[in-house]
Amino acid sequence: MAEVRLREVLRGRVWKFGDDISTDLLAPGAYAVAPLEERKRHVLETVRPEFPHQVRPGDVVVAGCNFGCGSSRETAPEGLRALGVACVVAESFARIFFRNAVALGLPVLPCPGVSELFDDGDEAEVVLAEARVRNPRTGAELRGQPLPPVMVEILEAGGILERLRAWNAHRVQTKAGRG
Amino acid sequence: MGHTLAEAILSRAAGQQTVRAGQFVTCEVDFCLVHDIFAGTLFDTLEHLGVDRLWDPDRVAVVLDHFSPAPSAAVAGLHRRIRQGVERFGIRHFFDTGQGICHQLLVERRLVRPGMLVVGTDSHSTTYGAVAAAGTGIGTSEMAYAVTTGTLWFQVPPTVRCELFGRLRPPASWKDLILHLLGRYGAEFVQYRALEFAGEAVSQVDLAGRMSVANMAVEAGAKFCFFPPDAVTRRFYGEDGATWPTPDPDAAYERTVSVDLSSLEPLVALPHRVDHVRPAREVQGVPVDQAFIGSCTNGRVEDLEEAARYLRGRRVHPRTRLLVAPASRAVYEEASRRGILADLVAAGAVVLPPGCGPCFGGHLGLLGDGERCVGTHNRNFQGRMGSPHAEIYLASPATVAASAVVGYITDPREVEVAVG
Repeated sequence: MAEVRLREVLRGRVWKFGDDISTDLLAPGAYAVAPLEERKRHVLETVRPEFPHQVRPGDVVVAGCNFGCGSSRETAPEGLRALGVACVVAESFARIFFRNAVALGLPVLPCPGVSELFDDGDEAEVVLAEARVRNPRTGAELRGQPLPPVMVEILEAGGILERLRAWNAHRVQTKAGRG
Repeated sequence: MGHTLAEAILSRAAGQQTVRAGQFVTCEVDFCLVHDIFAGTLFDTLEHLGVDRLWDPDRVAVVLDHFSPAPSAAVAGLHRRIRQGVERFGIRHFFDTGQGICHQLLVERRLVRPGMLVVGTDSHSTTYGAVAAAGTGIGTSEMAYAVTTGTLWFQVPPTVRCELFGRLRPPASWKDLILHLLGRYGAEFVQYRALEFAGEAVSQVDLAGRMSVANMAVEAGAKFCFFPPDAVTRRFYGEDGATWPTPDPDAAYERTVSVDLSSLEPLVALPHRVDHVRPAREVQGVPVDQAFIGSCTNGRVEDLEEAARYLRGRRVHPRTRLLVAPASRAVYEEASRRGILADLVAAGAVVLPPGCGPCFGGHLGLLGDGERCVGTHNRNFQGRMGSPHAEIYLASPATVAASAVVGYITDPREVEVAVG
C-alpha cells in the first residue's frame, strides 16, 4: 500500500465532478464481483468516459456535495485508489464512502467552496494535515474541515487492515505466551 | 439532560454512563451482517491477515441475497468460497440461495433486537431502526475489523426528530412518507445524523412501513433511523420490552421537523435523484417498459398485497413487463398461501426468486438504453439497473402496480381497485 503523506504538499491535476457522485457511478453494479483490474477501468466512466483511462497517479478529484452517496461498496474508494488518485476533495461526502475511503487509506477532505476554487485540469496543492487546498494558478486558497484524530490515525497506519493486522498479531502472541 | 436513542445505545455499547453527539467512541458491536457481494473478499482478507477465528461467530450472519441464484460460473465460484468460509469460521446464521434479503431475514428471524448496535456491509442496514436497533452500513475492511475484534469506532451522531401527526390517507403509503422527507429536505437531510420518529401518529406505522422508511433513510444520509420501541415493537417480539432503551423526554435534538400524514399523497422520485420528488399526478402519462415490485424497501407481504389490489382480475399493460421479487422465502410462502402471488401471476407478473432481484444492477431484469422503469426500490441513480441511458422512477407498491396496469406512470387514484 502506498504511504499516505499527510504533511507534505500533494500536487496533482484536478478532475472536476458535480454533486451526488454515487457509488453506482464510482463502482457500477455490473462489475460488482469482477477483479480490480477490470473494475478500475469503469470508474466514473458513465459521467466522464475518459477518466479511468487518462487519470494519472497523483491526480486529485474535486467534487460537489454528497460525494460517494449510495451503497456501502468499498469498491468505490478502492477503484479511485487503484487508479492512483492522491485524494478526493469535495464540498461534502456521504457517510459510508467517507469512512470506507479512510479505512482503505485513501485521503479525503471535506472542503465547502472547493468547486469554485478550481477549473478542470488546474493543478491543485493539498496539505491534508492542515486541511489546506490551494490553486497555484489563481493563488486562491481554502481551509477544509480537518479529519478527526481517529481517522488521521487510521490513514497514517495505512488503513484499518493494518490496525487489524497488529491487533491479530498481538492476540496470536498473547495466546502463544499463555500456552 | 437525557439521551436520544442513538446516545442511549452508543453509551451502553461504549461501556460509558453517557456519551453525547459529536463524541468519538469505540463500541462493542452486537451483530454483524455480511452479504454475498462482500463475504468472499471478507474471508480472503481474514485469511490474508492470519485471522483464524471470529470474535463471536454466533453474532455474524452471512446472506446470499444479491446474486441469488448465481447468474454466472464466476458468482457460483464466489458462493462456493463463501460457503467454505462460513464452514471454516463456524457461522451458524448462514442464509443460502433463495432465503431472502438480508435485512428482511434479520428482522423476520428476530436476530436483530431493540437496542442492539448492528453493522452490515450494506447501506440499507438502517432498516434495523424499524425495531429500534442502531443499524448502519460499513465497508468490507471495517467489517473485517468488527468480526475479528467485536469492536468499531463511531462518532455519536446528532439526532433529528421527526414528529408525525394526522392520519395517513390511502393510497398514500409509508413509502410516500420517506419520499416526502427526501423531496422536502433533500438527499443530505440527515447526513451523519440519526433520524428519530416520534409524535402521536407514529403508532399508526406498522412494522412493514417502519422498515420501508428506516431502509430509505440512508438515502437522506442517515447513520441510524429509529422508531423507538412501542406497542408495535412489543407485539412483534412478544415481550414487554422493559429493558429496551428508549429516548429520554429531555433529550437534546439538533432539529425537529413534523409531517402531517393527512397531507401525504402518492409521490414519485424522478431520475436520477432520490430527492427529485413530485406528486405522481404530475408525472402522469410517462410510459414505462418495466415495473418492479420488491427489494428491502418494499418486498413484504403488505406490499405484494397492496399491489394485488390493483392487479387482481386485470392484465399488465402489453407495453410493460412486471417483475415481482418477494423479500424472503417466508414472504413468498405467505403470499403464495394467501393467493396473492396467484393473482399477480394471473395478471402477467414474472415472479423472481426471493432476494435483491434487479435493484442493485447485477441481474434479473436490467434495463437497456432508452428504457424506463418504475419500481418500489430505493435508488434511481444513473446506471443503477444496467444501462446509464435508462431511467428509474421510485414509488410505492400502489403507484407501481397501478402504473403497470395502464402502462404509464399514474397516480394510483386514477385506477379503480376491487373492493374486498
